[in-house]
Amino acid sequence: MKPVNEAKLTFLSRSANEGFARTAAACFAAQLDPTLDEINDIKTAVSEAVTNCIVHAYPEALGLVTLRLRLFEDNTLEILVKDSGVGIPDVEKARKPLYTTGGDDRSGMGFTIMESFMDRLKVRSVPGKGTTVTMRRRISRRLQA
Amino acid sequence: MPIQCEEAGRVLTVSVSGEVDHHAARALMTELGQRVDAALPGRLELDLGGVTFMDSSGIAVVLRTWKRMSQLGGSMTLRCVPPQAAKVLKAAGVDKLVAWNE
Repeated sequence: MKPVNEAKLTFLSRSANEGFARTAAACFAAQLDPTLDEINDIKTAVSEAVTNCIVHAYPEALGLVTLRLRLFEDNTLEILVKDSGVGIPDVEKARKPLYTTGGDDRSGMGFTIMESFMDRLKVRSVPGKGTTVTMRRRISRRLQA
Repeated sequence: MPIQCEEAGRVLTVSVSGEVDHHAARALMTELGQRVDAALPGRLELDLGGVTFMDSSGIAVVLRTWKRMSQLGGSMTLRCVPPQAAKVLKAAGVDKLVAWNE
């Protein structure tokens, strides 16, 4: 399926960019006329994925994070968050609720929230090369007034 | 991250506003911890009415503050939790651990 619209942003893994990334995703999604709840779910999922890059992918230095947003004809929004960081040795384990390597200021709920707030979540990671998280969420069509 | 505190007897009310993400969480956690340790309240009322966004970083802030209050032999109640923050906190079962006042 070919996307009907697409946007791509690349930014440094600075925590100040967490707000930028989720707001940009929400603005892009606005063309689908989502509800406030849908917008909030998108912002939350993007925030989790980007935070993972900042906290885990590049623990010692700054690196680049790419956010790609695509819209499809069936009103599906696809969100891709990609880094070229350290990678995740065991993706299955990382996706488990409460599992974190981030210390006691992290909750270990990031992937669980992405999974429950989106329709689909795919995580591909190669240790030493980086991680790509792809999420999809179909936005409900509202009747025109 | 603006927080406001009010003390009435042994009850400390802390109102948090703004966006609680990873960028803001560490400073918020430190400040909350300092306020609690300075006041040593019997009960902490954490008012989230002004929170405009929260992600899983907020779960860690709430749970750590709740643990600190438990260590001090006190209790903690969440107040005025906005819908978006509520959805995130409930995804982690925080509502089953911490007293919750809608």
